[in-house]
Amino acid sequence: MRGEIKIKSASGSLPIPIEPVDMVGAHERAASFTTRSIKKTSKIQALYTVIRMTDLTTLEGADTPGRVRQLCIKARYPVPHDIFSELQSHPDYQPIPSVAAVCVYPSLVKVAVDTLRGTGINIASVATAFPSGQLAIKEKLKDVKLAVLDGATEIDMVINRNAFLKGDYQTVFDEIVRVKEACGDAHLKVILETGELKTYDNVRLASHIAMEAGGDFIKTSTGKIQPAATLPVTLVMLQAIRDFHDKTGKMIGMKPAGGIKTAKQAIQYLVMVNETLGSAWLTPDMFRFGASSLLNDVIRQLFKQMTGRYYYDKVFSND
Amino acid sequence: MTRKKLNQSTETKTASTPFVFEYSPAPQETNIVKIEKKNKLFIDGKFVAPKSGKYFATLNPATGEKLADLAEAGKQDVDLAVKAARKAYKNVWSKISGEERGRYLFRIARLIQERAREFAVLETLDNGKPIKETRDIDIPLVAAHFFYNAGWADKLNYAFPGHQVSPLGVAGQVIPWNFPLLMAAWKIAPALATGNTVVLKPAETTSLSALLLARIFQEAELPDGVVNFVTGAGETGAELVAHKDINKVAFTGSTDIGKSIVQATAGTNKRLTMELGGKSAHIVYEDAAIDQAVEGVINGIFFNQGHVCCAGSRLLVEESIQDIVVKKLKRRMEELRVGDPMDKNTDIGAINSKEQLNKIHSLVKKGREENPDFFESSCPLPKKGYFHRPCFFNNAASSSTVSRVEIFGPVLSISTFRTPDEAIAKANDTNFGLAAGIWSEKGSKIHKTALGLKAGIIWANTYNKFDPTSPFGGYFESGFGREGGRHGLLPYVEVNS
Repeated sequence: MRGEIKIKSASGSLPIPIEPVDMVGAHERAASFTTRSIKKTSKIQALYTVIRMTDLTTLEGADTPGRVRQLCIKARYPVPHDIFSELQSHPDYQPIPSVAAVCVYPSLVKVAVDTLRGTGINIASVATAFPSGQLAIKEKLKDVKLAVLDGATEIDMVINRNAFLKGDYQTVFDEIVRVKEACGDAHLKVILETGELKTYDNVRLASHIAMEAGGDFIKTSTGKIQPAATLPVTLVMLQAIRDFHDKTGKMIGMKPAGGIKTAKQAIQYLVMVNETLGSAWLTPDMFRFGASSLLNDVIRQLFKQMTGRYYYDKVFSND
Repeated sequence: MTRKKLNQSTETKTASTPFVFEYSPAPQETNIVKIEKKNKLFIDGKFVAPKSGKYFATLNPATGEKLADLAEAGKQDVDLAVKAARKAYKNVWSKISGEERGRYLFRIARLIQERAREFAVLETLDNGKPIKETRDIDIPLVAAHFFYNAGWADKLNYAFPGHQVSPLGVAGQVIPWNFPLLMAAWKIAPALATGNTVVLKPAETTSLSALLLARIFQEAELPDGVVNFVTGAGETGAELVAHKDINKVAFTGSTDIGKSIVQATAGTNKRLTMELGGKSAHIVYEDAAIDQAVEGVINGIFFNQGHVCCAGSRLLVEESIQDIVVKKLKRRMEELRVGDPMDKNTDIGAINSKEQLNKIHSLVKKGREENPDFFESSCPLPKKGYFHRPCFFNNAASSSTVSRVEIFGPVLSISTFRTPDEAIAKANDTNFGLAAGIWSEKGSKIHKTALGLKAGIIWANTYNKFDPTSPFGGYFESGFGREGGRHGLLPYVEVNS
């Protein structure tokens, strides 16, 4: 018999499949995506898409309103326009877009909302006692509600690893369901903190629990806990998304976060999404990168693709 | 003006039309390879024109165009090659120490590594397999086999503790076209390490990499005559195995030719090893890691266009997961990129020859008459050259053609089982016994299944993994004798008390 766990949900007993993962095979398959060679125009388009998919993130104890405002402006205009004036004659040129979202702590949502009003950029907030999640559920819900009330359009929650690792999947499920309710219209991204789940079997199971419980996105990690996003762990989650789509018809989004620093890495992720889920997932609605330093490298590489040379680093802001 | 434009673009950024990835043709440069228009035989350390005076063409299977002419070795040429090998054996190779033999082999291995790119490109041009495979698998393994056997050359007494071993003499070796240079390495490296000399006949459609290897031997200053290459087709091979002065015949190829060699050498004192065909079972239990199992099945049958003697050509899947496995297999097959083997993005290259393509076509046709439950990838095929879409027959009966005959192409047969006993019985229901694969996350089940299988190589939760330290060979009509590992030395030595 293939294994499954039974979860009690509002609509009755819900079976969730246990899909074992072979680590060696997952690593081999993930490595195969790193050797694809991409057409130049596709590469330029992919780089633009990476910018549109980025959740520009700052999650530091030292974050201040001033710091968040700076980041929001960068999110909207990643680069001063004039720097790219020489690119405008390139056939694949389009203006550098703004990113998908800015991701901040709940206490700074208001600042981001004020700065980004009218831009269409989403405000994502990590809630539920991020990153450890070691608080009572009612405190986590308060955290979420506050962020939503302040104007967050996306909530990035962490799952209860305490419950997951002791085998209490029901609690993991229930917490996600309740956070989803507390989100109202805000989109919910469920962070598995894969670095603490350790095995791909756990990652696969947690992915299914998160999707069944109503997560709009599943997300690897945050960069606070290592290892964060890797190609194999993202592959395992993409395969879970594909199986869930086969079963329910619902398209769940994916967000790898933490450790994706270069344009080259980002393109490898897009190749993997393309070959695992298909191009329907290659939009900011279905795929996001949680990153901070990635943006600069993508812009640098876009410049390189269109001019054949690297711009010198001092031109881009460091944050 | 620019500012206004920028504002507009940010305001409308949520346009979320997905874009379609286009992989770029990334052809490997072929100009690092120089191919002689008219090739000679390699006898006694020199390239010599064939006494037969005959030549034949070798093609690039990806285009159908001629690459070069190869010499056809006749009876007289084969005789000269064997004489050269005998002379080298007597005067040099059996006289020098194991350590010295090892030194030559190490040198050869290093030279192959230095010119790996050149070998990879040449092999892909001549054979049709993807550059991805020649670059990452074939050529690195070739070097690894020379390195590995080089290490044994001065340690043979440790390979067979308590015994003295001596070489056999001259080995006549005949190899197939599916892994041209790798098969040459499998044959030559252990033969030389153990002190034998060699006359080798490469396959008629894929001789070019062996001729480049001959240049490496010259560069390594391998003594003249230690290795000789006689190019040609079946008749040349027959001359070689029938030659009176060889002590050992090593053959890798089809079961039919293997049988005829066994008959031809009966009553002689020639030692034999046969590495023949297969119809290997790939068992997927319901408790397997399915996504990785599907990858394994893909790799098992579509690696090297299915031109692999140990290809996992019979998928046995537990009935309860048949639908899901078949669904995932189809989806994965649609992602396989078939086409120009020189393109680094290509997963499946060209079928090696028109003859082989015709054979695959006729077996698939027969298969479709017996069983209409057929699926093939919808991928486009190049207009010229020899290509075949990856395909499978679902619910294939054990009695059907596609379940019993070795197709040697990208064609899989799928059938189901209900219990481990039935899986073992079905896996063993074949006249071959080369390889098998088992997928389960339950270790005890894997071990129990492996014990029941009659196959020379059994992979668990992976497939088509090769290593020079691991012996390779089969049961029944898959042949006898082992190549690789310590076991691979035994067929080339006399073990004295």
